Amino acid sequence: MNDQPQKELAIKAAGLVKKFGEERAVDGVDLAVQRGTVYGFLGPNGAGKTTTIRMLATLLSPDGGSATVLGYDLATEADKVRSHVSLTGQFASVDEDLTGLENLILIGRLMGYTRKEARDRGTELLHAFGLEDAARRQVKKYSGGMRRRIDIAASIVVTPDLLFLDEPTTGLDPRSRNQVWSIVRTLVSTGTTVLLTTQYLEEADQLADRIAVIDRGRIIAEGTSGELKASLGTGSLQVRLLHPEDRPRAEQLLAEKLNTSIILETDPSALSAQVSDTTQASTALSALTKANIEVTDFSLGQPSLDEVFLQLTGKPAEEEEAVK
Amino acid sequence: MTVSPENQKLRPEMETDTEGAREEALRRAISGGARPAKPNGIATSFTFGWRALLKIKYIPEQLIDATIFPIMFLLMFTYLFGGALAGSTGDYLQFLLPGILVQTIVTLTMYTGVELNNDITKGIFDRFRSLPIWHPSVLVGALMVDGVRYTMASAIMIILGLILGFRPEGGILGMVAAVLLLQVFAFSLSWIWTTLGMIMRSEKSLMGVSMMVMFPLTFISNVFVDPETMPSWLQGFVEINPISLVVTAVRGLMHGTVTFAEISWVLVAAVILTAVFAPLTMYLYRNKN
Repeated sequence: MNDQPQKELAIKAAGLVKKFGEERAVDGVDLAVQRGTVYGFLGPNGAGKTTTIRMLATLLSPDGGSATVLGYDLATEADKVRSHVSLTGQFASVDEDLTGLENLILIGRLMGYTRKEARDRGTELLHAFGLEDAARRQVKKYSGGMRRRIDIAASIVVTPDLLFLDEPTTGLDPRSRNQVWSIVRTLVSTGTTVLLTTQYLEEADQLADRIAVIDRGRIIAEGTSGELKASLGTGSLQVRLLHPEDRPRAEQLLAEKLNTSIILETDPSALSAQVSDTTQASTALSALTKANIEVTDFSLGQPSLDEVFLQLTGKPAEEEEAVK
Repeated sequence: MTVSPENQKLRPEMETDTEGAREEALRRAISGGARPAKPNGIATSFTFGWRALLKIKYIPEQLIDATIFPIMFLLMFTYLFGGALAGSTGDYLQFLLPGILVQTIVTLTMYTGVELNNDITKGIFDRFRSLPIWHPSVLVGALMVDGVRYTMASAIMIILGLILGFRPEGGILGMVAAVLLLQVFAFSLSWIWTTLGMIMRSEKSLMGVSMMVMFPLTFISNVFVDPETMPSWLQGFVEINPISLVVTAVRGLMHGTVTFAEISWVLVAAVILTAVFAPLTMYLYRNKN
């Protein structure tokens, strides 16, 4: 057995495949995740993000390919992998009938702490996560943000070398989301490697050192957020017109000036386009003004996940049926 | 607004102060999780048992099956059928109590399977599965607490029986031995439900299937009546029904008429059930998609 795991890579995977019946939920995923970094899986529901994470966390056995996690072979050293990784699933990964403190004591005891150590560790974590007031409340009475934090706290009772976070902020309000982000940043600053999945480009952009865009079980793009954005253009130009009847005219004009395809939004007065730099945006605005087309809203934003998908796959990111 | 200007001025400062402290606490807490020595399977089983006890504390209704039901059944069957089946309720009670005790305990064996099924639907199952522990302890711990339930139900039924006129000739020793034997069998039977708990989609479907199995098994047995009055083809089934084997042994132990063979049959059944269904449960546990 290899007790001297290689230092630099936290995860190395080659050609991972998982089939559910006929469907290839994960269809040949290669990965190289550096230690001490945040790696983001970006993709819509059913893209294969969760399935990949579950394989890497030893919860599913791959139907093809191989992987080492922290230097341990996924297939033959699953127990070693389990000792060093931690998983925060998409759904409640704590016992909702128990209190926050009891949940942390439960995990602490299972990891090998004495009763007192487990209680002290639980109290410390609840304090650090701003949950001390809810320590003696059943988790089922927690708000969404609190629940997410207790989930993560349960995952780091023993500091893992690698933490999997499956959609850590889906459904959270902005304040709770920021709290989770700050927890992730602190984790990484203390040396833990984090692999997270998200449906939001902004989240991947904020947290991840590298991002893999996943669609239909395959990685269709990979790189730093800067590299991905450069390949996608600076962002998305959003225009809303005062009079919807001006839209065909605006579309024609923008297509000419920007030399790119114009997307007609479902809002009859809105349109958008991919642009590569800010000068294009000002060109567009002055052209519209000159043509006497009244604009109520004009913004240059980061591409949304939909736009990234459109760009990468030539089709919108449809929500496929979620795979178990 | 009644906030004074000074207060307003103070507030942002305080906020950053606590934020800073929080950040520091977070940093300390995150790096503070030193890795202890890996606990053994007995320790983790007890921890899971503690979890099951906490569940009883928060959801005490789940004890109704182990407390109210036994009282209800014992009273109902004794007074409804006693006169008709055995001539007098007192005589029938001597026959019925061991049988209905087995029926009650056997119905309680579904608990751990149902809880396991719940854990899978809720997601905590994944957490346990990703821990570096001896995995059967998740179930062994819960089954130990089931033992507490069985003991409670048995005590209630036997005490009520004694009040109603149950006079076992095997004495206290016989009754204790009977309850212990029944516990061993119940433990082994539980693995069928944990296996089904791994397979069934929901708690409801699991309950449905287990009722479908348990209802005929407990009724087409020697729990309520002596099989001699049944047609011979039915007698054949009753005789090989494991529930009948258990009832015969428990009855024998309580009334002091038990044979070595009767006890052995129950133990053989228990070993077979455990040997088949415990590994099957754990196989499904490891390979759950």
